[in-house]
Parts: sequence; structure tokens; C-alpha cells
Amino acid sequence: MRYVEEFRRRDLAQRLAAAIAREADPARQYRLMEFCGGHTHAIFRYGVQDLMPPNVGFVHGPGCPVCVLPIARIDHAIRLLEQHQVILCSYGDMLRVPGSGRHSLLKAKAAGADVRMVYSTRDALNIARQNPQRQVVFFAIGFETTTPPTAVAIRQAREAGLKNFSVFCNHVLTPAAIHNILESPEVREMGTVSIDGFFGPSHVSAVIGSRPYEFFAEEFQRPVVIAGFEPLDVMQSTLMLIRQLNEGRHEVENEYTRVVSRDGNLKAQALVAEVFELRRRFEWRGLGEVPYSALRIKRCYAEFDAERRFAVTLAPAAEVRGCECPRILRGVKKPVDCRLFGNVCTPDNPMGSCMVSSEGACAAYWSYGRFRQPAGEESVA
Amino acid sequence: MNAEVKAFAQRLDLKRGRVDMSHGSGGRAMAQLIEQLFLRHFDNEWLRQANDQASFAVAAGRMVMSTDGHVISPLFFPGGDIGSLAVHGTINDVAMSGARPLFLSAGFIIEEGFPLADLERIVASMARAAREAGVPVATGDTKVVERGKGDGVFITTTGIGVVPPGVTISGELARPGDAILLSGNLGDHGVAIMSSRENLEFDTRIVSDSAALHGLVAAMVEAAPGIHCLRDPTRGGLATTLNELARQSGVGMKLQETAIPIDPAVSAASELLGLDPLYIANEGKLVCICAGEDAGRLLHVMRQHPLGRRAAIVGEVIDDPHALVQMETAFGGSRIVDWLSGEQLPRIC
Repeated sequence: MRYVEEFRRRDLAQRLAAAIAREADPARQYRLMEFCGGHTHAIFRYGVQDLMPPNVGFVHGPGCPVCVLPIARIDHAIRLLEQHQVILCSYGDMLRVPGSGRHSLLKAKAAGADVRMVYSTRDALNIARQNPQRQVVFFAIGFETTTPPTAVAIRQAREAGLKNFSVFCNHVLTPAAIHNILESPEVREMGTVSIDGFFGPSHVSAVIGSRPYEFFAEEFQRPVVIAGFEPLDVMQSTLMLIRQLNEGRHEVENEYTRVVSRDGNLKAQALVAEVFELRRRFEWRGLGEVPYSALRIKRCYAEFDAERRFAVTLAPAAEVRGCECPRILRGVKKPVDCRLFGNVCTPDNPMGSCMVSSEGACAAYWSYGRFRQPAGEESVA
Repeated sequence: MNAEVKAFAQRLDLKRGRVDMSHGSGGRAMAQLIEQLFLRHFDNEWLRQANDQASFAVAAGRMVMSTDGHVISPLFFPGGDIGSLAVHGTINDVAMSGARPLFLSAGFIIEEGFPLADLERIVASMARAAREAGVPVATGDTKVVERGKGDGVFITTTGIGVVPPGVTISGELARPGDAILLSGNLGDHGVAIMSSRENLEFDTRIVSDSAALHGLVAAMVEAAPGIHCLRDPTRGGLATTLNELARQSGVGMKLQETAIPIDPAVSAASELLGLDPLYIANEGKLVCICAGEDAGRLLHVMRQHPLGRRAAIVGEVIDDPHALVQMETAFGGSRIVDWLSGEQLPRIC
């Protein structure tokens, strides 16, 4: 735990809190969007908001891979199980996400489908090796962090000549989503959401580097600070954002220098480029169709593409009526603004995806902070 | 042939043999399994009566009874196995009333094909745990289910005990101002289990804390008979146990994260797996809620006991109509410690 605890030290937190209180201009608001669910989780788990002055607030962005996956893709995964009797390997977070009719992988499993929770792509490959008579599909989701391991798995499957392994690819791209949020009318024209600055993702940036954010900082005149996932990282980055805003700067700064470089991990990028290509468009829950925002498996690896290997028939997906996940993901609404929040939608019985993962804004509000957020009360004045 | 000398044609093959359907059929094979495996290990005067029930004189006073089904996977884990766990788990449930546990019963549901060697290992471990705890398994039952209809072996144990006079311990007795004590490090059992799960194997020196806590409880009850609540934070961990007590008593709780003892190796494993030690299962720990003035004395007594060396006061009971459990984080903020939702699932990134 050394090297981790030192990023959670209370004395340093208090010193940073004092600096933030000193430097934040009481005459203005600082609304800072953490794009990444990892930051949302850290903010709630460590109570970082408590250490902020009232005019510094966090807006929770769409960077939870589970939360942004549209219902149609969950339905698709369930159809793979029902119509092709595959073994579906999935990361644990996905199992409880509700699809159409509040069906989920967990419910499909209870009804007899073969769903296996895995911790890595290696587990999925092993399951394929151990079950040569069965088709094994890996439910690949996540941002740039989880994409390279999927690429490795596909390459390994080819090298091993595995005929019964394929990938249901749902990998999405961070820069496209940030671009989409900044371009949205709520942010750009109507001013209903003001986002003054961004925390850049930690793990994603380790792969893609800090360079991709330079365009946003310039184009949209918003500062970006790449921040680590530890609570002190979040506080230090908050201070850096406040300083940029006070000085009228909008640059990409890197707080997470112990991991992130400007160019990122070139080897991982090359692997991803070898196996994946851009989808022309992909649907995100909350953001709708976003052009060039996701990856699919290249034609030269088509044999490992579950979407090509298995035809499924899909009914049109239906969002739960009243669920505000789409607006919450864009920062337009807060979880407590949703009529379903804590009422019929709780982590035990999630209606929308934001209530499932601990990185989801609704689950974090419910589990860590609901006593401070009576309905209708804003954490940012 | 002398039936007295040779009741069974062949000895049970405890090295290579497997449980088959006949071992649960009520016939000679079952009698042999009971005699050569269960009786041999559990041996005591009540089982030797060979009746369908154990017969004993009832102690005077208030009795308690508790039952617990054990379906753990894997069956063997660092620091214990399903057998020792089945003994400790039920003894602890009985002891959390302040009672002295007297007897256990054990029901086995065994899957066809289960190796007799594994069964013997489990039964021997169970017998050892019962002997060490001084709580005999006085009656039992064996059933065999077809292959594929069980997961190796399931064990249900029931325990009875007697509560010393003047002791009233119950989940609804927590009052604002009470102290919350914890008997030791959190999360050892859950992490030990996870480290030996098939698709997760990782190296750790952590072993399960599985232990019978009635000795510790006896010492505590003697020092402070007015203890309000006792509970062992098993499934769902400390967080779930405190939420249960808060709801039963209609009070809130305020924890200090820095006071909660956790082994650094458990912290590290939890960090890696994206789990929270507050929600990880324990099998040899207890939570005690007592009046503020009893806390110091109890803490001293707990720390004198081998199972309470790392005991700590971790928080206090507060007035809160919403019955929320809150925690002041080590970082200096505060957060809610909610009920566990569903299973604790690892995060993706």
C-alpha cells in the first residue's frame, strides 16, 4: 500500500484545501467536469467535495464505460446468449446493467444462459480453450484503457488458432465524447450547463497521452488538467484548474506526470491500430449517435468479430420512461433531479445504467452522499 | 462369517473412493459411511447413542438457537475449509447473544462423485474445530444428490446455547452515545477466499480469520454484562452489519476510517480488485456496541484475548432518524457507508 497511501494523506489534503479556498475567487463559480467515472468514485469515496469551498463544484461526466453503453448493445449481448447459446464472458460491472424490459445478463444467467464473469481477457481465452465444443464470446467494453488488452486477446486467439473465440466489440473513444459534450447545444449555446474546466482521465491518458486534449483546450477555450485517480490528485488538479481559470488560461496541463506522457503508450496504440478501426458512428447512452466515437474489429481479423460471426434479430430498444440517465451523463441534470432516483431506482434495483456501476453518478450519489443531497438541493450554488 | 467382527465386506476406500448414491440411500453403505467416517471423527457420547436424536439434560436459563447453511466455493482455502467454517459460523451466531454454545448438529448434502478423501478431510477439520471449541456435534444427517445437483458438499449446522443470567444482548439496543468496537482486522476471510478462486488466483500471505468467538464473548460479557449489541460481520462485511444494527435500533452511526484496523495486504488486494474492505466478509471478528463508559474496560479485555489483540473503538452511535451509517474518511471528508447492493463486483477500470 506504499505509493498509494501517500496520495491519500489528510495533512496534505488540508493544505491543498486551504490553498483552494485562498485562490478560488468568491465572486465566481468553478464548475469542473470530471469526465471519468474513476474520478467520480474517488470524489465520493473520500468525501472530496466536503473539502471544497461552496463555489467549487464537480460535474460528473459520462466516463463510466458501463453507463454509456446503450440498451441496444445489452440486448444484443443477451440475444447472443439466447439465439446462439454462446458462453458470454463479461467484466463483472456489466452483469446487472438493465437492457430492454429490465432484462440483464444476470437475469439471463439465472434463466439458464451461460454467462461467466471474468477479470481479464486472458480468462476469456482460457474458457475458450477449455470448451472447444462451445462458442465463447468476450463482451468487450470500455474506453482506451481496456482496448489494448482486447487487441492482445484477438492476436493471441489467431496465433493459437482458436476457432471458437470471438469478441463483441463495444470499445469507445474518450476524445470523441468530450468533443460531443462541448459541442452540445446545452453547453455551447443555451448555457444551461456551464463547464468551466475538465479533469482529464487517468488511465485513458496513460494510453493515448495528453496530446489529444490540446485541440479541445484551444477550440473550446476550456482548461484541461490530466488528473490521477487518487483523492490528492483530484485536489491538486482542482487547484491547477482554478489557477488557469483565474489567469484566463486554457491549456492542457498534466498533474498525473508519474504515469502520463504527451505521446502516451505508443506500443499499445500500435496494437489497437493493428486490430481495430473507427466506426463511422456509434450510439452512446446519453449522447446519442456520436460520429467516429467507437472501434470495431478490422476486416483482417473479421473471424474474431462476434457481430459478423453471429446474426441476431433485435427488437427496437426501449429506454425506461422517466429515466434521466441521458441528461445526467451530459451533466445537464443531477441524479437527484431524476424522478426515479432513490424512489424506484436504487443500486439494488437499477432502472438506468448510472445506478449500476460504482462509477456511475447515480450510484455514487446514492451510496456515498445521499444524506447531503436532499431532493432539489444543488451542491453548486 | 461373523457379523460382529466384519459388518461390512470392504473397508471404505478413503484414498480413492467416491461418494455414490448408495451412501445416501439409508442402507448398509450409508451405515458404513457414518460409522467409518463421521462417527470416527466426531466421536462423542451423544453420537454413540446411535439414535435419530441426541438426548441431553437442558440447562436452566434462556436458550438460544441458530442455524447456518454453508455453500462456500472453494471448499478449501488458506486458513480453513467448509468444515471448520461450518462449526465456527454457527458457534459465533449463537455466541453473539452472549450465550455459551452447548451443542451443534450437522446436515451434509453431498454430490454424487465427491471424493471420500476430501470428505474425510472436511469432516476431520470440522471435528477438530468442534473439539477445540468444546462444542460437540451431537447429531447429524447425510444426504447424497445426483452429480450436477450440488456443488461438492453443502453443510448446514445448527447450534444451541444458554445465555448467562443478567445478559440481554440484542440488535435493537444501540443508543446514541454508545461506542462501536471491532475485534480486529477486517477483510481477511474474503480476501483469502478470493485469492484461491479459480479465475483469480493471486499470491497473498493472508489467511482466513475463521475462528470460534465464544471464548472472547465470555470474557467480554464477564467484564461488562451490560453490552448492548454483538454481531459478527460475515457476508456483506462491517458495512452491512452496522446498517442492520442501525436500522434495528433506529439510530445512526459515525465511523472513523483511520480507527478501523485493516491489514496492509488486505488493503492492497482490495485496491487491486476494486473492492471495499468494509464490505468484505469476516469469519472470526465481532462488532460490539456498548455504553460509552464500558468501552475502555471492554477494549482492554478484548485486547487480552488472542482473538481480540487488534481490537479498536471504531466509532460511535449517533441520533439519526434516517439510520444512516456515516464515516469520516481518512482523507478528512465524510461519506455514507451504505448497504451492499447485489454482489460486490469488481470495477472495470
